[in-house]
Amino acid sequence: MLTAATLAIFVAMILAIIRCIAGPTLYDRILAVNMFGTKTVLLISLLGFVMGRPEFLDIAIVYALINFISVIGVLRYSDTSK
Amino acid sequence: MIIIFSGICLLTGSFLCVSGGIGLLRFPDFYTRMHAVGVTDTLGAGFILLGLMLLSTSFLVIAKLVIILLLTLLIGPTTSHVLAKTAMHNGLKPVLNQALNSNTVEKNKETGSSGS
Amino acid sequence: MVVAVAIIRMRDLFATIMLAGLYGLLSASFFVTMDAVDVAFTEAAVGAGISTLLMLVAITMTGRSENTARHKPLLALVVVIITGALLIYGTLDMPFFGFKDAPIHSHVASRYINNSNQEIGIPNIVTSVLASYRAFDTFGEVVVIFTAGIGVLTLLAFVRCASTNEESDEIGSYNDLMHKQHLVVRIVTKMLIPFILLFALYVQFHGDFGPGGGFQAGVIFSAAIILYTMLFGLKTARRVINQGFIQLIAATGVLLFASVGVVSMLNGGEFLDYNVLSSSPIAGQHLGILVIEWGVGCTVASVMIIIFFSFADRIEMQKSIKKHNKKNKESTSC
Repeated sequence: MLTAATLAIFVAMILAIIRCIAGPTLYDRILAVNMFGTKTVLLISLLGFVMGRPEFLDIAIVYALINFISVIGVLRYSDTSK
Repeated sequence: MIIIFSGICLLTGSFLCVSGGIGLLRFPDFYTRMHAVGVTDTLGAGFILLGLMLLSTSFLVIAKLVIILLLTLLIGPTTSHVLAKTAMHNGLKPVLNQALNSNTVEKNKETGSSGS
Repeated sequence: MVVAVAIIRMRDLFATIMLAGLYGLLSASFFVTMDAVDVAFTEAAVGAGISTLLMLVAITMTGRSENTARHKPLLALVVVIITGALLIYGTLDMPFFGFKDAPIHSHVASRYINNSNQEIGIPNIVTSVLASYRAFDTFGEVVVIFTAGIGVLTLLAFVRCASTNEESDEIGSYNDLMHKQHLVVRIVTKMLIPFILLFALYVQFHGDFGPGGGFQAGVIFSAAIILYTMLFGLKTARRVINQGFIQLIAATGVLLFASVGVVSMLNGGEFLDYNVLSSSPIAGQHLGILVIEWGVGCTVASVMIIIFFSFADRIEMQKSIKKHNKKNKESTSC
């Protein structure tokens, strides 16, 4: 069950990479990276359970925060209208 | 019993995540893609974390999973909001005529969105 | 590999940065599958987060797309191929990945793994290797980070003139505009920042038992401050966190690290020998590791904040020069 969920999340990450490479506008790419980030959080939590080491959850928390901060940073510094 | 329930949660969550990924590839416009990703991402993450919570043994692990769940519920919608607001502010217009014909969609993508 | 090729081929620098962030994330996932928890932690925090942010800020100051090369860099390609081939040929001689008779696994690693519990007594072996067995290397890393901070300060800082009334009015109106525009994110950020700071302190002191330690904690702390700066403006952030204070903290971190070494020399041992710091060797090791991790955390956090403040300062100066030139006044020399 856990391995099936891990594989599914891995497939979702590959789809996000495809969108990031082929996205026509900038915002498609930012969206793809954001989705990749949340999938990474889930992947790390699942891998922690699969491998029996619950310390990975710290990494998942850090990554959720860093993902948020990166997306906010990108959006703040990509304002082209001002 | 608990294992069956957590298995259902995990499978539902992963199905939602994969369908969000497929939506990211197949939807025609940025704003529709953002709908797909924003909704399914948060909900799928919630289900997967719920499934993991049912599988875990010690209290510390459950507490950390609750923290991740609360963070995801708080951060996910905020990110969607900020993305949409910035895209609108910078001039990316949504495709409004509901023709899912690929020709019109390609033309609208070229003229409407600034190809940055 | 696909991501790396895509990074090279793209001309738009923004897309390149996005892909670089993705690449950092992929590396973090690989490290997790290889069961290396601390490395994954550091890679996720630094490689995928802070690097992306700092590269973005740098791009805001330079252009957004790459200049097309005037000539095909054939010579460079040949040099790279030859070097790569030589490196691969060199690694063919090494033992396989994870081979148990490899020299690193048989001599040094077994001593660390076997003796770390008696000699140092903290559960996380990575921290004990980093902070006690290889403390000198960690000292070098801290000094390198500090030097990078000094370099950025030298290159990008300049004399600031006192803010006049006009500037503070401008800042006030700018803040109001931003406040109405970014209301949702500001409120969410205000709820999140205390949590992030608390989590940074948790990671700092929990480095003995789980993944973590000084480097990661410093990065998370500076990420919280950077978030605040991005959303509330540089002037407000400077009022909250004084620049002179941050520079003092950066220097204090390195000083703390070095002073632990000096104190152990004064107590009769060698430089950075923790056994002589306290009554029993184990207590000495614990005290030594605690103090130097604190020094590392201080320096890393303050250097990241300094770098971000300098970059953001430059951006605002460019914007204000453009605005003043548009209004046909003389540009401020600050």
